[in-house]
Amino acid sequence: MNPAIRRLGGYLTRHVDGLLLGAVVTLMVVGIGVLFSASNASVVRVSAQLMNMLIALGTMWVFANIPPQHLRRLALPLYVLGVLLLVGVALFGEIANGARRWLNVGITRIQPSELMKIAVPLAMAWYFDRHETALRLGNYFVGAVMLLVPVALIVRQPDLGTAMLISASGFFVLFLAGLSWRVIIGLMIAGVAALPLVWSLLHDYQRQRLLTLVDPSQDPLGAGYHTIQSTIAVGSGGVLGKGWMNGTQTHLDFIPERTTDFIFAVFSEEFGLLGNTVLLLLFLFVIARGMVITANASSLFARLLAGAITLTFFTYAFVNMGMVSGILPVVGVPLPLISYGGTSLVSICLGMGILMSIATHKKLVQT
Amino acid sequence: MPELAINQGVELRNAQLELHRFRVRLAIAFVLVLAVFALLAGRFFYLQVVRHGELHTLAEANRISIVPVVPNRGIIVDRNGTVLAHNYSAYTLEIQPAKVADLERTVDELATVVEIGARDRRRFKRLMEESKGIGSLPIRTRLSDEEIARFAANRYRFPGVEINARLFRQYPQGEVFSHVVGHIGRINQRELDQLEADDRLANYRGTDYIGKTGLEQSYEPALHGTTGVEEVEVDSGGRAVRTLSRTPPVSGNNIVLKLDAQLQEIAYNAFGKFRGALVAIEPATGGVLAFVSKPGFDPNLFVEGIDPQNWSELNNSPDRPMVNRALAGTYPPGSTFKPYMALAALTAGKRTPQQTISDPGFYNFGGHVFRDDKVGGHGLVDMYKSIVVSCDTYYYTLANDLGIDIISRFMALLGLGSTTGLDIKGEATGVLPSQEWKRQRYRRPEQQKWYAGETISVGIGQGYNAYTPVQLAGAIATIANDGVMYRPHIVNYVEDIRSRERTAVEPNPLRTLPVKPEHLEVVKQALIGVNKEGTGARAFAGAGYVSAGKTGTAQVIGLKGEKYVESRTHERHRDHALFIAYAPADAPKIALAVIVENSGFGARYAAPIARAVMDYYLLGKVPTPPKPDKPEEETGDSRD
Repeated sequence: MNPAIRRLGGYLTRHVDGLLLGAVVTLMVVGIGVLFSASNASVVRVSAQLMNMLIALGTMWVFANIPPQHLRRLALPLYVLGVLLLVGVALFGEIANGARRWLNVGITRIQPSELMKIAVPLAMAWYFDRHETALRLGNYFVGAVMLLVPVALIVRQPDLGTAMLISASGFFVLFLAGLSWRVIIGLMIAGVAALPLVWSLLHDYQRQRLLTLVDPSQDPLGAGYHTIQSTIAVGSGGVLGKGWMNGTQTHLDFIPERTTDFIFAVFSEEFGLLGNTVLLLLFLFVIARGMVITANASSLFARLLAGAITLTFFTYAFVNMGMVSGILPVVGVPLPLISYGGTSLVSICLGMGILMSIATHKKLVQT
Repeated sequence: MPELAINQGVELRNAQLELHRFRVRLAIAFVLVLAVFALLAGRFFYLQVVRHGELHTLAEANRISIVPVVPNRGIIVDRNGTVLAHNYSAYTLEIQPAKVADLERTVDELATVVEIGARDRRRFKRLMEESKGIGSLPIRTRLSDEEIARFAANRYRFPGVEINARLFRQYPQGEVFSHVVGHIGRINQRELDQLEADDRLANYRGTDYIGKTGLEQSYEPALHGTTGVEEVEVDSGGRAVRTLSRTPPVSGNNIVLKLDAQLQEIAYNAFGKFRGALVAIEPATGGVLAFVSKPGFDPNLFVEGIDPQNWSELNNSPDRPMVNRALAGTYPPGSTFKPYMALAALTAGKRTPQQTISDPGFYNFGGHVFRDDKVGGHGLVDMYKSIVVSCDTYYYTLANDLGIDIISRFMALLGLGSTTGLDIKGEATGVLPSQEWKRQRYRRPEQQKWYAGETISVGIGQGYNAYTPVQLAGAIATIANDGVMYRPHIVNYVEDIRSRERTAVEPNPLRTLPVKPEHLEVVKQALIGVNKEGTGARAFAGAGYVSAGKTGTAQVIGLKGEKYVESRTHERHRDHALFIAYAPADAPKIALAVIVENSGFGARYAAPIARAVMDYYLLGKVPTPPKPDKPEEETGDSRD
């Protein structure tokens, strides 16, 4: 082989984790297949998603090639910028669908809460890494504050789904950084005790979603409709599914948001329990690979970041599938790598790129 | 630098420890991940295996909509195939009130596109009240092509309004048959409940109409047919995507009547300006040849729901066109009762044909004088003459000799005072007076007692006597048929529209009168005598066949000793004219009863109608248009 091409190939693949890439691309292929069915063979949708995937894979490659220590330097500025933008949203944000989530920055509208999904674990990992040698309870308290400030701002927008996901990723950092079990259990008890207070702070539609989860039939044409129809779709799929392009719930428009948040209902209806199992195993493979990378990461920063990314990925998958199958409330969380939409695809792949970077840069750091 | 080395060693050991603790935490997290995925897998198993059947059914129910396909209603024709009720297809403009926000405004705007009259609005309002706004209600029917085009161009302005092709019921013969054929109308709540009770509701899904009166009502199960089913795949918006399967509807059966439409029309028109009823029966089968109740009404008004104005006109008319006189009107039979009295007396052995009385023109019973119509009386009267000249005195004494018990028992055998079982609903029973009847009818003991004087009034067909024209026709048909009584029926057979298979309404003999043939013959000869030389002779002069008949006049109000003068009596208080007849006398093909309300003498007003009907039925003679009615001078004729 031409040594030049060989060198180019080597350059391109040097920081790419083959196993992770394989799993990600497999999931993307599945996603395209489901999207084709869910969108009633819409070429426009499918080609737009293919474009999103290319951008996402490019982003992944770029971040795989950024050494973790460079990211570490970016952590604090990114976090501060994110918090400032969230404050900006709270003060000058635009309202869409009853929530103040968008900030007009002249050229385009941005949603700072998306940025925080990566900026929060990044900054917290940086913080704990900085105080690695002597972690005290106070450090965990500071870490918690770093988490709660943006979460509080996002809850206010209101965007419960994103706030919950960011809370989860921040909690993973705290947990992996060695937060005392006593504190964890204490927090859990306090959390349960605080439920009535949280309930009183929730918006009506948020309460409705939780109530609907308990009994979807209460409001079959309103809040419960999504859950009822997606549960029917999943259940009617049976063991082997109705076959690709044959889901009646899907093709007769009974599943709402069927290309985005509820795409799993389409998959589940058409591929059945067998397909679900395969999909669960694919997600599990990505998570397991992420954990192996985490375990072998060379610094606390890298470990915490990789662990948070991996567990957040898991959280996405669980929350989405749990919501579609009716065991979690309806929150706007896409199914990673499957749901239609560029933002989620790019942010997931950005995380995958960081994982690859951590996996492939450790030796360089050690030497 | 030992200190540093120690520090480094501690740090390294700390780092090792930290890494170990980190990996333990990671392992715990992984166990959590596995647990949560197991939970998901369990949930999938629960939904996709355990609850699969139930959820699969729900998915099917989601996508499949069962759309009823309404069958064509069977048509109704007379014995010669003349159409009495049929269907035609037309376009209607329909509103689904549930989908329209401001009904009033929508109708106003529609009126700018399609002509909507005040009657349409009133009718629509009535439909709204009846249906409580459920379903699709017609605001205009029979749209013209131009109106359809105009609406189509403006359709976007009217959500919830659409044009539908529908089959409409039409009654081309109009009021002449309104009381026989009846009409259909929109199903009301009471009928829905009834259908549900009969377990027929499923077959009426999609059907808006049901038979309300007449044959349309009584033959509803045969006429309606079987509703078809279309399985249609629908999307979440309820729009049909494609048809999955189709079970075509089975059209309702056609109904062919015994009735002769031309005969019916001649009979109806023969009444002229008068109200009344006529029932003609084929004696040998009980088949009804003509069934007239005049006035009738236009049944077509009721099909789409009658508008309130027409409704109140029909309801408040003093002529009471909505009353089915032939079926539910009860009249005293007057002198048409006499032949049956004679037969009862012969059968009971209380009279022989030859026994005569001397008629002084009145009958004194316990100080009460019962007068004969003819002043001075008829002289010597035997049974034959008593019928031919309609001698009241003869029957006053006869009734007294027979007693009410024998009279009522015998008349019951002729079907008087009980429903005949005709194949239309709503038959009145009438009143056959008897001691038992009076006991049940009245509350106070002195009223419950039967007085012998009452028997005497009953003997000439007055008093409590009240029978329907159907009963009167059935009785004379029984005499014509030598005492064998058939259940009268209007429908000849029901025809399956596809297989052409005919299910006949079999002649159904009810009973044979326990009378001797020679006794029957006496009465029959007397009835022939009526039309030859008696009260019916003028009406039947020059007929090309031998007929038998009996005139009758029924008092509407009792006149206390005054001489009845027709021209001086208020129209509504004038006597009812009656006539019963059959022909040809030796082999009767038609027997009938006519009643002409508030007209006067039976001989003058009822008998000519019978003549016209028989002339057409037996000879095919179509009457010339009636001459302008010119009042005849008082002739001093007998009232019978």
